[in-house]
Amino acid sequence: MLAFIVRRLLLLVPVLMIVGVIVFTLIHLIPGDPAAIMLGREATLEQKEALRQRLGLNEPILSQFVTWFGNALRLNFGESLFMGMPVTEALRERAEPTGLLTLYALTLAVLIAIPAGVFAAVRANSPLDRLLMVISIGGVAIPSFFFGILLILLFAVVLGWLPSGGYAGIRDDPIQHFKYMLLPSLTLGFSAAGLLARLVRSTMLDVLNDDYVRTAYAKGLRERSVVVLHALRNALIPVLTVIGIALGGMLGGAVVIETVFNIPGMGRLLVQSVTRRDFPVVQGAVMTVAAVQVLVMLLVDVLYVFVDPRIRYGGD
Amino acid sequence: MAATETAAVAPDRVAPRRKASALGLSTITPASRFYWLRLLLQNPAAVASICFLLLISLVALLAPVIAPVEPNFVNPADRLDPPSPNAWFGTDDLGRDVFSRVVYGARISLLVGLAVMVGATVGGSLIGLTAGYYQRLDTPLMRVMDGLEAFPSILLAIAIMATLGPATEHVILALTVVYVPNIARLVRGTTLMNRQQTYVESARAIGLPDSLILRRYIFANSLSPLIVQGTFVIAFAILTEASLSFLGAGVPPDSPTWGSIVSSGQPRLQQAWWISIFPGAFLFATILATNLIGDGLRDALDPRSRKR
Repeated sequence: MLAFIVRRLLLLVPVLMIVGVIVFTLIHLIPGDPAAIMLGREATLEQKEALRQRLGLNEPILSQFVTWFGNALRLNFGESLFMGMPVTEALRERAEPTGLLTLYALTLAVLIAIPAGVFAAVRANSPLDRLLMVISIGGVAIPSFFFGILLILLFAVVLGWLPSGGYAGIRDDPIQHFKYMLLPSLTLGFSAAGLLARLVRSTMLDVLNDDYVRTAYAKGLRERSVVVLHALRNALIPVLTVIGIALGGMLGGAVVIETVFNIPGMGRLLVQSVTRRDFPVVQGAVMTVAAVQVLVMLLVDVLYVFVDPRIRYGGD
Repeated sequence: MAATETAAVAPDRVAPRRKASALGLSTITPASRFYWLRLLLQNPAAVASICFLLLISLVALLAPVIAPVEPNFVNPADRLDPPSPNAWFGTDDLGRDVFSRVVYGARISLLVGLAVMVGATVGGSLIGLTAGYYQRLDTPLMRVMDGLEAFPSILLAIAIMATLGPATEHVILALTVVYVPNIARLVRGTTLMNRQQTYVESARAIGLPDSLILRRYIFANSLSPLIVQGTFVIAFAILTEASLSFLGAGVPPDSPTWGSIVSSGQPRLQQAWWISIFPGAFLFATILATNLIGDGLRDALDPRSRKR
């Protein structure tokens, strides 16, 4: 087990390396002089030269990469061009809203999707099943920003129950915090819930036809315990992978949702930095999110072993 | 190469085939070459979706004829007018006709969706075939794909757009890069499977060149899943383009897109819901229809998936 985790951690290095190469290359794909583009039209020659110096753009490309990647591994992405602070500092300030938003959304998605999928599978082809599946197909197809706007229209504009956007820190004012976060989390969780519910349904249907489920029924166990104790646990394994993938999607989705609901998180910082061409921040944010996603996938692999003791990775 | 242990259902290459390979539908017996099409047309959701998308395509093609007003025509006298017979979808805060803007927005969505599908399919197929057939290239190519897939798709698209700057062709390029790994992985998988088949072995034995083997025996047998996945790529691309436009990181602001119209309406939600709701609804319907066609195609082309 430990050997497996260590080996997977070592495998992270090449993946992160490729991710790093891609993020690093971006700045060099800027057509023309990156310094001129970042500083805008009115920049003087000296300013451009100073920025090139600061970003190390005059160095040979390979040594630029080594320096940049070495710093990135130590979570040092340089200075923001606009905020007058290190990128890492700026990201850290905005990590809380993004992290909590993703966490709430994931929780909501799982809480909605697993019961919905289980019900749909147990009562397959019933009207409830049909309805749940129609909603989940819709959930996959609806753009998250549009779903968010529909929720704002209903709960903020028409009913006036919840704020249409903004943020309060969880430590400053927990009640306001949850009021602000409810609609964004629901928006972000909904599309993932659709996908998850469909998957839970189909894996549950497979499992419910298995022999040991029939045996459990034959023993006279109640449906409830058969479904929850025997079937669900085995149906959860493929679901776990998709939860991992969904979490990655949510980290991306958070970029959009934070803009819709005006949440000062990493995603909104990224979008703002794109418009003002603050490349160190763009690189830092993209690199951080990709690294988190890679780590999440690793975590999912490890969790497998706990959910399903049959899975044994070589080397144990 | 060892023969496979399973009796694989090889496409019937025994009898001389007339045009089946030209159509690329070699897995379907001649008598039922269009059987999948008939199956697809029996699926009411898919048929409705096809009709809807044909309608939207027509609207996009005929936009100058259908739109009553030029989409960027500013008319301060008619600001924030609700939907009426004069302006079906109302007007926005600059007095622009929302219906005309939605009609023109269809062009961008469909153009981006189709172009990205073509780009990702061509690029992904080439990479997937190469990686699957030439094992020495497998690891390097697929590791790069892994790297690209480590980013949430919208994030990679934003990062590429940040580099290239706003333009429709940049959006297409960015989204193509984002979705190439998806297709490459699929084609690599089918290639790995097909290259084990005895008919590929015999093709190699009679000395056919790699290019012909790849094209006629391997790629042709990847077509069904490729068509299905290509349809889903259209849906993803339309969705991601709209998200980019919504964030202001997509197509330049002077051409109306569904995403950017929704975004422009958001601050006015209180007074003028129609600015955001109409383009959003069209976006939703278009993505939904594309997904439903993808589901229908999958059921029609792959009988195994048609279980329940």
